[in-house]
Amino acid sequence: MASVTDADLKTMTQEERVTALGMRTDQLTGRAMRIEFNPDEEERFEYPWAPDVDFNKRTELDVDEMTSTEANRQIRALMEDGYGTIVIKNPRGKHSLGVGILTRLRLIFEGSLGYFGVGLIDGPNVTINGRVGWSCAENMMAGSVVVEKNAGSTFGAAIRGGDLVSKGSVGSRTGIDQKGGTIIVGGDTGALTGFMMQRGRMVICGNAGKNLGDSMYDGTIYIGGEIKSLGVDAVPSELTDLDKDWLTRKLTLYGLLPERGVDHFQKIVAGRQLWNYDNLEPSEKKIIL
Amino acid sequence: MAGTQYRGSEITDVDQFVTDTEGLDSKREKEIGQHIGYRYDVNLVPDYKRITPFLTKYMETMGWDDLNWLEDIHMGYEDGAPAVFDRNNNGWVSIPDTIELPDNQQDRDMIARELLIKFQMSDRHPLVLLRKAYMKF
Repeated sequence: MASVTDADLKTMTQEERVTALGMRTDQLTGRAMRIEFNPDEEERFEYPWAPDVDFNKRTELDVDEMTSTEANRQIRALMEDGYGTIVIKNPRGKHSLGVGILTRLRLIFEGSLGYFGVGLIDGPNVTINGRVGWSCAENMMAGSVVVEKNAGSTFGAAIRGGDLVSKGSVGSRTGIDQKGGTIIVGGDTGALTGFMMQRGRMVICGNAGKNLGDSMYDGTIYIGGEIKSLGVDAVPSELTDLDKDWLTRKLTLYGLLPERGVDHFQKIVAGRQLWNYDNLEPSEKKIIL
Repeated sequence: MAGTQYRGSEITDVDQFVTDTEGLDSKREKEIGQHIGYRYDVNLVPDYKRITPFLTKYMETMGWDDLNWLEDIHMGYEDGAPAVFDRNNNGWVSIPDTIELPDNQQDRDMIARELLIKFQMSDRHPLVLLRKAYMKF
């Protein structure tokens, strides 16, 4: 469909674009498409559509008088202008700030965020010099988010990748439905932390509330403090040397390595008693386009 | 492969899922009578001593101090062939025969990460076409 230009596409409706790009002409029934890597693929580190930003190009954005939507549009416009470091002034607990950023960026919030801050991100390094409300970095794909103070409940809900750090304590249901990535809590975490966790790693330096790792399917929880109670199918496991190396490296990175090291950490994994739906998986894994 | 696990059973041979495509390994697989879609240790953390120059350059470009989301990427095995799960198109991408597999899972994982990045950032990735069709201009 090389004859269709981006300019042409912009004038079309979504329905027309899908047809023009040939996405309706293939016979799909019963067809499985196998994709293979090309070992000679060009060396590239960013998505083809990502704006070309420079970390050394820095600016400030005061969002005091803006709505969340306006502020997010401004952040995108600054990225299109090549700014790779953006400092947000006066966020004042606004909800949904900094969401949907899909490329590299240094984003610094001078203050606290409300609900659903920096959700759905794929790549940026975010620093929040304050607190965050519910569901910070929900569905995060890649990058890092460092919260200097406490966080609300469902911190890192459904996170898929990247590092999410709160240097303080967090609420309940931390990392609910976590599907990858690393969540680090410098202080304590509330009840039902790691509820329905599917994979990824969680590091709690302090204590955990009731039902830690309840109904976890896979993944690993490392905890340095006391556990009020373990949830259904969450069981202790052996901390290996590789685990210790990884923990030491990760906690050092964020200035959270305890003085006594990581030897006292416990490792919690799935007890595998809830694996009842595996027999559906093989057919789901065939890609059909 | 001591310490490397696949759904509760220890992986004793790095080529286990290549040479024995039909085998049922974990207790769970034996119970249900078939092997489960993805076959690798999803909880294996990376050994940073084995990182490749390409991945180091990728980390620098992104401004990260470690592998970040790539810590969750491993070389798995589908139908006896090495492959990597690509979350951006929700499917497996096969490793070509021309690539020689190292004798340990950690080095294989590094190759998987490198290939996946190059593929995801290329113009031939399915997401490029999907984005053109469905993005809001």
